[in-house]
Amino acid sequence: MANQEASKTARDYQELVKTKRPGKPVLKNLIYAFLVGGAISVVGQGIQCGFMQYGMSAKEATSPTTVVLIGLGALFTGFGWYDQLVTRGGMGGTLPITGFANAMVAPAMEFRSEGLILGVGAKLFTVAGPVLVYGLSAAFVVGLIRFLITGVA
Amino acid sequence: MMFFWAFLVGGLICMLAQLTLDLFAVTPAHVLVLFVVLGAVFGGVGLYGKLVSFAGAGATVPLPGFGYTMVSGIGEAVKEKGVLGLLTGGLTAAAGGIKAAVLFGLLAALLFKPKA
Repeated sequence: MANQEASKTARDYQELVKTKRPGKPVLKNLIYAFLVGGAISVVGQGIQCGFMQYGMSAKEATSPTTVVLIGLGALFTGFGWYDQLVTRGGMGGTLPITGFANAMVAPAMEFRSEGLILGVGAKLFTVAGPVLVYGLSAAFVVGLIRFLITGVA
Repeated sequence: MMFFWAFLVGGLICMLAQLTLDLFAVTPAHVLVLFVVLGAVFGGVGLYGKLVSFAGAGATVPLPGFGYTMVSGIGEAVKEKGVLGLLTGGLTAAAGGIKAAVLFGLLAALLFKPKA
């Protein structure tokens, strides 16, 4: 019997862990992500409409709207509110541009003790770095392909 | 009506991201990268632009909107400046957001202490 126990491999153990682990509340997570993400988008729409009152087109108002939302995201992260929103809303809190600001500020605040250069300066880009690297690269590749096919991009 | 579509589309995109996170063994950072790339790809084939035109902030506020912004910026820059636009267009279009994120991010990280 003891021999049998000892012969259990790491993979058996992983299987056991998998069966014992409580299932993720997938449906509940989805509903909260929908509600929180939708709500943040509506706030963004409100800000955008505000800028459009001053004669901007919808397209022109997009950039200043993004700036305001990023500012709000950074502020709410500072007060510790945004992390609560992410705990409940999951990707509904993380995917909007306010969550991008949160992903920059939260680690930068946390690693403040490691100094202004390698703490704050570097950790601001823990998540923003990969997003910019792959976002810019993807945009370049897509632009290049379009340019080669259509000649105008 | 714009607000209704913004809520619906913004919510659905976030729901899709949550589904990706729950179904596959990835971190939120992986999902953010995937969605910004998807935004660039769908922007490139012209689909994301259609979404933006009827859902407004519902499409531009979630991160795929960032990928879309860079691709459409490249399109405009190439029309104006030719091939060089492939290199300058993406960052030019996203400049406001990136600069704001760095400035506000730095400010918040300096002003606030993390909550336990």
